[in-house]
Amino acid sequence: MTTPNLTVQKGIDDGPGMPTRAVKGVVLLVCCAVVIIPFIGVVATSIASQQHVTNSGGFVLWPDGLNLDAYKAIFNGGVVQRALLISVVIATFGTLISLAGSTMLAYSLSRPGSFGQRPILMIVLFSLLFSPGLIPNYLVVKEFGLLDSLLALILPTAISGFNVIVLRSFFMGIPDSVLDSARIDGAGDFRIFWSIVLPLSKAVLAVVGLFYAVGYWNAFFNAMLYINDTAKWPLQLVLRTYVINNTELSSGDLGGASADQLPPQESIQMAILVVSLVPILIVYPFLQRHFAKGMLTGAVKG
Amino acid sequence: MAQTERIPSRQTTAGKPTGSGPPGTVTDSRSSGRSAGKPLSWWARARRDKILLLMALPGLALLLVFHYLPLLGNLIAFQEYLPFVPLGRSAWVGWDNFAVIFNGDAEFLNALKNTLLITLVQVIFVFPAPIALALLLNSLLSERIKRVVQSVLYLPHFLSWVIVIAIFQQILGGSGLINNFLREHGMGTIDFLGNPDGFIALLTSQVIWKDTGWGTILFLAALTQIDPGLYEAARVDGASRWRQLWHVTVPGIRGLIILLLILRLGDSLTVGFEQIILQQNLVGRPASEVLDTYVYNNGVLAGQWGVSAAVGLVKGLVGVALVLGANKIAHIFGEAGVYKR
Repeated sequence: MTTPNLTVQKGIDDGPGMPTRAVKGVVLLVCCAVVIIPFIGVVATSIASQQHVTNSGGFVLWPDGLNLDAYKAIFNGGVVQRALLISVVIATFGTLISLAGSTMLAYSLSRPGSFGQRPILMIVLFSLLFSPGLIPNYLVVKEFGLLDSLLALILPTAISGFNVIVLRSFFMGIPDSVLDSARIDGAGDFRIFWSIVLPLSKAVLAVVGLFYAVGYWNAFFNAMLYINDTAKWPLQLVLRTYVINNTELSSGDLGGASADQLPPQESIQMAILVVSLVPILIVYPFLQRHFAKGMLTGAVKG
Repeated sequence: MAQTERIPSRQTTAGKPTGSGPPGTVTDSRSSGRSAGKPLSWWARARRDKILLLMALPGLALLLVFHYLPLLGNLIAFQEYLPFVPLGRSAWVGWDNFAVIFNGDAEFLNALKNTLLITLVQVIFVFPAPIALALLLNSLLSERIKRVVQSVLYLPHFLSWVIVIAIFQQILGGSGLINNFLREHGMGTIDFLGNPDGFIALLTSQVIWKDTGWGTILFLAALTQIDPGLYEAARVDGASRWRQLWHVTVPGIRGLIILLLILRLGDSLTVGFEQIILQQNLVGRPASEVLDTYVYNNGVLAGQWGVSAAVGLVKGLVGVALVLGANKIAHIFGEAGVYKR
């Protein structure tokens, strides 16, 4: 898979005049600032000193130093640390399950003329057309006894028909001759899949895997719906409770640090936000290199 | 996908697992499909492909259980469903649960009204944003600047709604950046987040912030497809830059614009569920209730399972009809539609 070339032929390039250029520059600068400044503020508030945060009424745009008390507080064994661990577990196992299921399904759909391919493909494609609805979904999860189980956060969203189609089109691009030669050497279907197809598809696997991982990491509503036990909350639910709904984090929630030592709530909230952002920021450069291709492979999808 | 059925040249020998013979014995030439032979029977093909079928099984099962099986759950729309009564034992009540829709229950109508209003506002303000941004990016001369700007503007798409809303609260909230500034300078504060009249504007600005950059991808890709010769020809004919934009660029992406617009309209009944549910307690339900939140609030929270399922079912059916209809229209316009594979 090659990096997509989104560079555009300079169609209109008569050399715009200075005023036009200046206006464009300002507009783009404003767009970028509107995206970036909030991030700077979030990080700044999380590391600013207590005094600085209190004086400025909560949110600061630039820190007055490096003060890691807020991070020490949330990594002191309290709810945030536990939720972080749960989110990591869900994202890791979820992605593995999703990738295993999706690649095998996609591979079996990529071999021309195999038995049952057409109906199975139809099942995958039709799943893109509708979503089953909240109440019926809830009932199914409940009937399978998955309420309050972390599996409820993985299995219902494990297979994305869209990703299966993306993988399938990639697998179909692998030349038959490569697979036939393996077959002549006596490799079975699974062997071919495992030792030939997968190694040839590392790039697309990485992209689809990252999309699944980001999806699991960001999922919030399923947890709200299926997980009542606060001890099993993933990070996004903790974020909602303590940052959006502004529930105060007591010292008990923070692993028993004594209350008078607690950094300001604002700082703790922003530290939680930073913790939930970091994994996305880490995978983002990689994703960015590949996503346009992945998205365009599957043709247009909103 | 017009996959031509390929006919294997040789029958798999009974009892021998597919392709596990010693090197040289090709037990199956399904994928090469060069030579014609006797078509295999249904059973023989199933046997030949049993490994492939086994491989498809886990993914297929997950899809069936969590995507298709729930369709059966819609039956409770016709029942007096109670959570503690085993599934299938509830009393059948016919179309009673649909009364809120047919009789025009005020709460339901309000949710419907809000949903359509939000869709309308977002089609007007959210939809054109990435087109404008893509045109702006496309007109940049420096590739490097363009790449940097793209990297920055794509990022918010990958953040969860929880994070986006938390960030917005820090900027617009009662003790957020803007209100702190106003307070410091002796001006009155503005209630951005709890004002029912401003709720749709708030939602819209959040969607624009999160997804405008990402939305440019398809348009930028379409812009690369425009033949540069057309611009040259236009220039030779003395077209100004604006006229080039209007007569070359816009027609070049018109198809994509129409397609995406139709798809968006097909999705009219679905508006940012997570986004709204996260902010609903600040503005209250009358201003923020949409069909999806109506189903959640009345069903899961208030226990009116049957009624909610009925509303969800009708919403789902209308949704599918809209998608299919939108696709039909896309085909009429000569576009590929959602089914293009």
